Amino acid sequence: MRLNDYLAVSGLLFAIGFAGVMLRRNIIIIFMCLELMLNAANLSLVAFSRFNVTAAGMPDYNGQILVFFIITVAAAEVAVGLAVIVSLYRARRTTHVEDITSMKF
Amino acid sequence: MSPLLFWLFSAIMLGFGCLVVINRNPVASALSLVVSFIALAVLFLLLNAFFIFVIQILVYAGAIMVLFLFIIMLLDLKAEERRTMNIPATLGGLVVAAIFVCELFSVLRHFPSGRRAFPPLAAGNLDDVRNVGTMLFSRYNLPFQVVGALVLAATIGVVVLSKRELK
Repeated sequence: MRLNDYLAVSGLLFAIGFAGVMLRRNIIIIFMCLELMLNAANLSLVAFSRFNVTAAGMPDYNGQILVFFIITVAAAEVAVGLAVIVSLYRARRTTHVEDITSMKF
Repeated sequence: MSPLLFWLFSAIMLGFGCLVVINRNPVASALSLVVSFIALAVLFLLLNAFFIFVIQILVYAGAIMVLFLFIIMLLDLKAEERRTMNIPATLGGLVVAAIFVCELFSVLRHFPSGRRAFPPLAAGNLDDVRNVGTMLFSRYNLPFQVVGALVLAATIGVVVLSKRELK
């Protein structure tokens, strides 16, 4: 296996997530596609960490620590984002982005 | 690092990732996302990142996705009825994603060091969790505490947001 294979798979996953954010109109699905994009970044970080072997024959753990922080921040982000979606649903009874236009120019 | 396992699990990950976008039922989308995350966790395992593998299963496939399913069921979302597609937005999204993929492959074609195989690790057991933990509590101690404060702020924010009426 080569590094490029992992980077290509990670980029494809990012593209799928991006297409989902652009195509879907349900806020919860858009949020899930954002998670897909975060995970694509995690995959390329871990691949680089494994590729960059240190003199002691260990993977470069700096990349894995960054992935750990990304996962933690993503968990906090999901909690806050879903709370925002719930309060939005309470106020407007919808999760469809095209029904929420009060900030539209 | 078996090539067969790599291609199998990346195909599962990308296929179920596409299903997340295609499915009209939010519950089916969320379940496809769980499968996609588990396949991604196996890719981490193939890269000898055992700690990240466990965290991915526990936090992403476990906690975060349960939260998503919980909210979908709480809001009682039905499968989206087929609305008129916004053709320019759809086309725009697909074109930008396609441009991104083309750029990605052209960059990878001109990246010769990525064509080398992964260098071998030292023989013997890989003390993965211990190494990550040591680094987390020595070199990255301050960021770790900052993340703790961030999680606390998120918790308080969620409690404030979920109150019945905001004053």
